[in-house]
Amino acid sequence: MAEARPKRDFTDLAPWIYTITLFALWEAASRGLSLPVYILPAPSVVAQSIVDYWPAIWKNSLQTLYTTLVGFALAVAGGLALGLLVGWSRFIYKGLYPLMIGFNAVPKVAVVPILVIWFGIGTVPAILTAFLIAFFPIVVNVATGLATIEPEMEDVLRALGAKKLDIMLKVGIPRSMPYFFGSLKIAITLAFVGSVISETVAANSGLGHMMLAAQSQFNVPLVFAGLVMLAIEGIVMYALMAWLEMRMTGWAHRSGMNRQ
Amino acid sequence: MTNPSAVPMVGIENVDMRYGGAEGTLAVSGLTMAVKKGEFAAVVGPSGCGKSTLMKLVTGLYIPQTGTVSVAGERVTEPVSIVGMAFQNPTMLPWRTTLDNILLPLEIVEKHRGRIRTHRKEYAEKAEHLLETVGLKGFGSKYPWQLSGGMQQRASLCRALIHEPDLLMLDEPFGALDAFTREELWCVIRDLHFSTDVTVVLVTHDLREAVFLADRIFVMSARPGKIITEREVHFPRPRDLEIMFEAEFTDVVHDLRGHIATARAQQAEAV
Repeated sequence: MAEARPKRDFTDLAPWIYTITLFALWEAASRGLSLPVYILPAPSVVAQSIVDYWPAIWKNSLQTLYTTLVGFALAVAGGLALGLLVGWSRFIYKGLYPLMIGFNAVPKVAVVPILVIWFGIGTVPAILTAFLIAFFPIVVNVATGLATIEPEMEDVLRALGAKKLDIMLKVGIPRSMPYFFGSLKIAITLAFVGSVISETVAANSGLGHMMLAAQSQFNVPLVFAGLVMLAIEGIVMYALMAWLEMRMTGWAHRSGMNRQ
Repeated sequence: MTNPSAVPMVGIENVDMRYGGAEGTLAVSGLTMAVKKGEFAAVVGPSGCGKSTLMKLVTGLYIPQTGTVSVAGERVTEPVSIVGMAFQNPTMLPWRTTLDNILLPLEIVEKHRGRIRTHRKEYAEKAEHLLETVGLKGFGSKYPWQLSGGMQQRASLCRALIHEPDLLMLDEPFGALDAFTREELWCVIRDLHFSTDVTVVLVTHDLREAVFLADRIFVMSARPGKIITEREVHFPRPRDLEIMFEAEFTDVVHDLRGHIATARAQQAEAV
């Protein structure tokens, strides 16, 4: 047999290749078609804008990150608590389910004006909008984890005299953890949506507010700079949640654990 | 004083069990059976005959509407912790090592749960010993998903036995295994029963399995389930797998098969 030359595996580089290609195509398109900067600024123009407006972008990015993370933290605490409660009893589940569907169905942008009446313009409505939008997937996932305990497992434990609390502590809660950590990835992305919506509607700072102000001045490169910053913050937080998920519930991702 | 062997380990008398209120499905009706202490009993029957209901009645997960269920001479009115259970699905918890899975019942059973933290080493040794008897020596530190299906089922037997139950209830524990692994596990359970005085009730579809392992076989009718035949199996113990190729063995299997065929035919007529 001919000795096979080891091929280089480009899989690890794929995200970079794709991202760079996207930006290259974008750059080429906006230059080649000579699109005006107020329609689609080239990435180089957006990058220049990030540099030019860096102090403002940095301050507003931190503000958005702050409201998002506080809202997200509240959603984690509240979602975990309500998820456990809902998964605990059929009665609570049945009773709260239609209410939760109703809350989730309401577009969160419609809630912002009410939050502004209660708390005024600024940080608090942004935090609460992030909380409201990120809360639901956490509840549903935790409750699903609890609701899908194998009936045989429950029988084994109940036959031994286990109380509901025993079954929850030994089986239900550990079992729902992969669902919980999985939902964090969705929740953190939604939390950004929530805080930016609120900043766009009613705020004096934050990336949402900055982009709205830039748009009203036809400063389109700055609008895109805001988008890029949001994407970067989103990716970083998502990666953090994915890492946390692997770290905390590696047993649920078996292929990644078969190292020993 | 009554002779303790006269009190059956499992006594079921004239039990009706109906699900979902007065109009619900009647799962078993007029069910009567008795399993002696130390006996290996098998329950066979067509699918949907209420074998799983039987499991739940004996372990106290269900309380019958009429009739009585007693275990070790005491009427069952709540879950009985002197029973160990194993199912077709090994239901190991994937976040616990095999050893910790086996120790799980001890964290629940009243008698042990206060001691498990302080005497963990002693219990772990016991679990290691059980693992050795089922041929899983040294696998305690592995996670269940690192074990094959047959190995998981062995571990599930250990979990059923760790709190030294007087009664072992097995619900088709070998159903999902390949033929060779199944035969191996028959021998494991045969030896476990032979070396202790545990009473075993095995619910199964497999007639050869029932005849090979059991001292007494109950045949259940189609729903609503009741016992239509009961027969003793007198092959001497310890039994070798080879007896399954003897004419006498085949006769017993054939006879049981006839009873089940009749039960199935009646079910088909009723539908």
